[in-house]
Amino acid sequence: MPALLEVAALSAFYGETEVLHGIDFAVAAGGVTALLGANGAGKTTTLRAICGMVRARGEIVFDGEAIAGRATEAIARRGIGHVPDGRGTFLELSVEENLRLGAISRGDRGVGDDIERMFGYFPKLRERLRQQAGTLSGGEQQMLAIARALLLRPKLLLLDEPSFGLAPLIVTEMFAILARINREERMSMLIVEQNANLALALADHAYLLETGRIMMSGAAAEMRENAAIRHSYLGY
Amino acid sequence: MQALLHQIFSGIATGGIYASVALALVMIYQATHHVNFAQGEMATFSTYIALTLIEAGLPYWIAFVITVAISFVIGVVIERVLMRPMTEAPVLSSVGVFIGLLLIFNSVTGWIFTYTVKAFPSPFPETSRFLGGWASPHEAGATAVTLIVLALVYVFFRFTKLGLAMRAAAFNPVSSRLVGIHVGWMLALGWGLAAAIGAIAGMMVAPIVFLDPGMMSGILLYAFAGALLGGIDNALGAVIGGFAVGVIENLAGAYLVGAELKLTLALIIILAVLILKPAGLFGRAIVSRV
Repeated sequence: MPALLEVAALSAFYGETEVLHGIDFAVAAGGVTALLGANGAGKTTTLRAICGMVRARGEIVFDGEAIAGRATEAIARRGIGHVPDGRGTFLELSVEENLRLGAISRGDRGVGDDIERMFGYFPKLRERLRQQAGTLSGGEQQMLAIARALLLRPKLLLLDEPSFGLAPLIVTEMFAILARINREERMSMLIVEQNANLALALADHAYLLETGRIMMSGAAAEMRENAAIRHSYLGY
Repeated sequence: MQALLHQIFSGIATGGIYASVALALVMIYQATHHVNFAQGEMATFSTYIALTLIEAGLPYWIAFVITVAISFVIGVVIERVLMRPMTEAPVLSSVGVFIGLLLIFNSVTGWIFTYTVKAFPSPFPETSRFLGGWASPHEAGATAVTLIVLALVYVFFRFTKLGLAMRAAAFNPVSSRLVGIHVGWMLALGWGLAAAIGAIAGMMVAPIVFLDPGMMSGILLYAFAGALLGGIDNALGAVIGGFAVGVIENLAGAYLVGAELKLTLALIIILAVLILKPAGLFGRAIVSRV
């Protein structure tokens, strides 16, 4: 498969501190790539660097175009939907307004249909449409964040720890939905997770990040069998 | 009874002016979490532009529209040139810029247009048979203009895509960028709208209080009291607060404290709100679950 996103020698900084030390990775078109690693390994920073939210150096080629150094809103409009760390809910606005905001950069008339399609994946959102988004539960806000990012009609979806703080049952349900979205919409995904089991079940390719460097990479199935990963990240 | 009704109605008329300026303050507060102290002086400057255009022979309503447009542009330019470099600055620096802006507008207005008090024309007739004497035609007309402006602003923010994008940019700039909103431009538009609303308030109040470079300083105080009373983070609350302050001010001025102490009342309201209910009457606490 051709690469939709290619990242080479990417470094990122918080102030003067370098937290990513020149990493290389790729996301295949239509595929799901997982970035695994412990807390503080640089997973969230990697996603932020792709979207121009932190100071970064290196090459980022998305869909045949160099996007490093571009403004965040330009990168979003270019076709990268980002489900951020902490879900990024517009707490003061209604669920419906949150959804409409996802599609705000689009000029076409298909938004209503697309929102309807999102209700197919996340029926709860339809019931909550008029409610203030800040009153949703964590799981509902996570679903809202995914729907909002999809309404951008992105070519690539970045997911930052979608399982964070959610009950196991909801997490399982959500990963099943993500798999469906990948299959039915051929949506390419780059997913960051601490829960390696879940991520490796969804992904077809994975990278292991440790303190800002890529320590290992390979097909998700192989990574699951790897003794070191099993021991450190899968817990068996 | 006739006198009381008259006081209430003229309170609503000036309250509408306070409500407009309060709305302008809230719009910028929601986006930046700062109060634009220069809002009043900017409005005064705009009113002088209107007077210049009218004296040059333009019909009132054409001068009105041009003034609103020029004020909008001034607001946008101030945000782009002066406020944008301040986004990461500490609070005190921003306050310094706002006060500097106030002094600059005040002095430039006096320098260009002189400090002489001037009469400003009203677009409404001198007398009317329909109002029965308990409100002047200008008060009624100004109230109508204010209500139309407030309704337009409401429709814009509530029902248009651009209005939604502006609200989103004010509430959550990070998430707004991730959905492709040009947050910087939304802020600039907010400044432009606030300046335009202020200009209309200035043109509506000038026939009542007469035009001089310090015309809006007292009005800004009342508007600020109104915004705090209603809740500085709530546009509708600020508008209601503005009207309430107008009525309170007029009634208290007529029956309680007399005209000399009216402005003190604004300060008492500000103090009372900050001590008793800092969020204001309608300042809703944001509900959030994790």
